[in-house]
Amino acid sequence: MDTHEHIVRSYEEELSALNNKIAKMGGLAEQVLGQSIDALEGRDPDLAAATIQQDEAIDALEAEIEEQVIAMIARRQPMAYDLRQIMAALRISTDLERIGDLGKNIAKRALAVVGEQQPKQLMLGLKHMGELALGQLKEVLDAYIERDADRALRVWYTDEDIDAMYNSLFRELLTYMMEDPRNIGLCTHLLFGAKNIERIGDHATNIAETVYFLVHGRPITDQRPKGDTTSSTPVALRSAG
Amino acid sequence: MEAKVAAQPVIQMQAPVPKSVETPATEEQHAIKMAARDVCVFYGEKQALFDVSLNIRDRSVTALIGPSGCGKSTFLRCLNRMNDTIEGCRVTGKIELDGVNIYSSRVDPVQLRARVGMVFQKPNPFPKSIYENIAYGPRIHGLASSKADLDEIVVNSLKKAGLFEEVKDRLNESGTGLSGGQQQRLCIARAISVNPEVILMDEPCSALDPIATARIESLMEELKQNYCIVIVTHSMQQAARVSQRTAFFHMGFLVEEGDTTDVFTNPKLERTQDYITGRFG
Repeated sequence: MDTHEHIVRSYEEELSALNNKIAKMGGLAEQVLGQSIDALEGRDPDLAAATIQQDEAIDALEAEIEEQVIAMIARRQPMAYDLRQIMAALRISTDLERIGDLGKNIAKRALAVVGEQQPKQLMLGLKHMGELALGQLKEVLDAYIERDADRALRVWYTDEDIDAMYNSLFRELLTYMMEDPRNIGLCTHLLFGAKNIERIGDHATNIAETVYFLVHGRPITDQRPKGDTTSSTPVALRSAG
Repeated sequence: MEAKVAAQPVIQMQAPVPKSVETPATEEQHAIKMAARDVCVFYGEKQALFDVSLNIRDRSVTALIGPSGCGKSTFLRCLNRMNDTIEGCRVTGKIELDGVNIYSSRVDPVQLRARVGMVFQKPNPFPKSIYENIAYGPRIHGLASSKADLDEIVVNSLKKAGLFEEVKDRLNESGTGLSGGQQQRLCIARAISVNPEVILMDEPCSALDPIATARIESLMEELKQNYCIVIVTHSMQQAARVSQRTAFFHMGFLVEEGDTTDVFTNPKLERTQDYITGRFG
């Protein structure tokens, strides 16, 4: 898109710095997510603790990016593509910051369930969902770096898969809890963990929308396929045997 | 890098036909007040404008932007035949005001310049009193039948230009004794005094400080309710602030024209985007 460079070199350098900060923030968010899933699966409290710490670096980057965006708008009065780039950086940093928080939350859940017996089936489901979300995040960040709207669009559509996984995990967890009340503690944490992963998936689609807008200058007009039906899933109550 | 000399390849790649890159107005569409069709301008052998076609709407501000030497001022001067006064200058094509070609032999250029007034970059009040600056035009055009009429025209023009309160007690003082911003508003009042339908402004704020500039921009917002305004400006930010339609000129061609918000947030052509974002090599 920007085959020519700005006449004022510092403008070009500032945009480049902004781009790099997003890339760095994205890398950290990927790390936090990946590690938090591992911590949950491996019952690794040290890894969980380290992951929680890393979220601070993400928060610091968000503050830096916001400051730079405001300064650039005031000083440069950006137009057209430049304006979209700068606004995109702001929006994406907000989504990445939330992803960092959600990842940190998953790590906290890992700490909470560390002593418990963890049913293999459930943990596999969670891990798979986490890997899907991580894949989406990596893909959408690549789409941003490459300024590839088609790639972003594919991420946007793929969120359905995460929603589908979440639906089935939700049901499994309910079933588990209903079978034995002693499972409720563990399952509640896992449920929140799964919800956090599903939210991370949604934030990845937000980033995808921003990338599309950045490239094309207009928003995606399609209706996003929303597959999460858990808010309307009935819970069949039976007296425990 | 684009060749700055030969215009031939550029014609092929970026044939600027306003119809194809003219974006529809997002605001209410006003009637077309002036229409240029295939306008070419030559200074002797040198061609300065190449087949410019553009619609200019009434009761709105149209901004002409582009780098130095792109032809925007040349085009502006076509709209009230000021180019007639330049030796060796030749204009072809058609420019219509309310459907009538202003270059037709039936049109009196002097009358035309009352209907299509002009304000210049450097304020140029007559070396006369403030009153006389405004009264001069209406008097020679026979617009006032009495002194009382003339007084009313002067007062109304000064009011419309937002200058009356500042000068009402010194109308007999020299126009050149005013500040730059005031002089420019005096020139606007002078243009308004002969009941124009169109007001052309050639970089009207270039010589003014930011506050005077802001006052003129505010004045433009009021004036556009009653007049058709065309402004040439070097400041992209000003064009973005004051206009409803923006036309981008480059090397004598009209490259892109459209709704101002669209041109500055999502222009159709890369050349336009390069210019407005400061990427021109």
